[in-house]
Amino acid sequence: MAIRDRLSGNEAVAVAMRQINPDVVAAFPITPSTEVPQYFSSFVADGKVDTEFVPVESEHSAMSACIGAQAAGARTVTATSANGLALMWEMLYIAASLRLPVMLAVVNRALSGPINIHNDHSDSMGARDSGWIQIYGETNQEAYDNLIQAIRIGEHPDVMLPVMSCYDGFITSHAVENIDLIEDDKVKEFVGEYKPQYHLNDRFNPVSMGALDLQNHYFEHKRQQAEAMRNAKKVILEVAEEFYKLTGRKYGLFEEYKMEDAEIAVVVINSTAGTAKYVVDRLREKGVKAGLVKIRVYRPFPVEEIVAALSKCKAVAVMDKADSFNAAGGPLFTDVTSALYGRADGIKVINYIYGLGGRDVKTDDIEAIYNTLLDIVKTGEVKSVYNYIGVRE
Amino acid sequence: MSKVVEIRWHGRGGQGAKTASLLLADAAFNTGKYIQGFPEYGPERMGAPITAYNRISDEKITVHSNIYEPDYVVVVDETLLNSVDVTAGLKEDGAIIINTAKEPEEIRKKLKGYKGKVCTIDARTISIDCLKRYFPNTPMLAAVVKVSGIMDEEEFIKDMEESFAHKFASKPQVIEGNMQALKRALMEVKGL
Repeated sequence: MAIRDRLSGNEAVAVAMRQINPDVVAAFPITPSTEVPQYFSSFVADGKVDTEFVPVESEHSAMSACIGAQAAGARTVTATSANGLALMWEMLYIAASLRLPVMLAVVNRALSGPINIHNDHSDSMGARDSGWIQIYGETNQEAYDNLIQAIRIGEHPDVMLPVMSCYDGFITSHAVENIDLIEDDKVKEFVGEYKPQYHLNDRFNPVSMGALDLQNHYFEHKRQQAEAMRNAKKVILEVAEEFYKLTGRKYGLFEEYKMEDAEIAVVVINSTAGTAKYVVDRLREKGVKAGLVKIRVYRPFPVEEIVAALSKCKAVAVMDKADSFNAAGGPLFTDVTSALYGRADGIKVINYIYGLGGRDVKTDDIEAIYNTLLDIVKTGEVKSVYNYIGVRE
Repeated sequence: MSKVVEIRWHGRGGQGAKTASLLLADAAFNTGKYIQGFPEYGPERMGAPITAYNRISDEKITVHSNIYEPDYVVVVDETLLNSVDVTAGLKEDGAIIINTAKEPEEIRKKLKGYKGKVCTIDARTISIDCLKRYFPNTPMLAAVVKVSGIMDEEEFIKDMEESFAHKFASKPQVIEGNMQALKRALMEVKGL
């Protein structure tokens, strides 16, 4: 039986961490992720977990400590946001290339500057090529469920990659909403024990980690890393299936909302998907065939699956809560259009940058996007591909 | 109640408007509702205007934007009427609940022609009488329950008693005063 509760996103993630009971948590506070290690440290102080909590002096050190601990065979979790993630940058690549499945809760916040504490996705989008698996959650429930699944995904022998579980700062992290929690013993059983194939404390099978890797082998190691990311897709679905059996909650690479017969669709990440679902429902009442695709797994990017989901649409808008400053379009837009190219040509795809620095996204904004898509279907004409919504120009 | 009830709170940093919105969410949650309770975070500091929100529904809530057309507005600090457009978007068939010693018709003059229901509650007097200190959020919480009818009053009182017992486990002496403040506020709302 699920435990009916009401928690903020950060509280929910801290509860998931308590239930996972990691060996090591090393963290440094930054808004809006601060509460995660804060709540967790009280679990440590109250003896509710066996975790070694390392209150480091920076995010670079947090990730470094996590890497060291994970290399020594410990299951390791941390949390950060925005500039904290930026300060981890160097070490993100080390964790991924050492194939250490560190878990990181990213509470999405605008990357400075100008300095801003509110939500957008410029922090984690910048880390999309760091070799980490990236999973995104719309609600406190998904943030909680994703972290529990992430442990299993990252540690799988076919994957062995670190995982970022991302959710929106303030909108999800600080809002209290209903949630169904899983019993402690069931989470414990679901995540199981961490049994790394290689670790530094295994004296019967000694290994070196982080050794110099020049022209001889570096390329092969990167190739293997790329293969692990490909493998992750299958593992993510297997873990989701097992999670479904445990909780009755279904997860995939992305969520399709009223897509069966959709002629127009929006592709979006995180909390705005919920607001968009409300708009889709209203449009459906008026007979408009509108649908929504909410990306859950952004790395690895579900290319073939996205194409299958969108292939019957006439016009699609991709919403990016981060700009790429490439004069071409946001990161999700670039990935979606690349996926469609040569596989489902002829679909009109446009891009909207929205909500930067926490600019609130209203149902009216999303409705305006769907109306633009309807216009495109009607006239067959795309007036502008790369657009902004909710900004003063 | 089939639709979502939306509530917007206006207060000043430190007065507990955020806490009151979370307490309301808690109380509604305990009666089986789907809830959202969230503040709009700005450059927070003591005394600065702050906004907090609630959505309460029998069905799952998916919208994650701020609230622009609330059913109810709660003003925890009457001085905000001079600087904040508190009735912005407020539905005419809804109500505004203001913490003031003034009568509803007197305070209505400050509300830019708002035609809906104006309710007042003297949360200061109730708080000072019951708690010996100025904590307006407890009486305001009861006032919004009274005016909105989002839950049964008896159920609300029973639930708050349990939640205070838990919240103030380390200082049980404040529970009685808070319960008194809630009960008095339920009786003393004007303009219903």
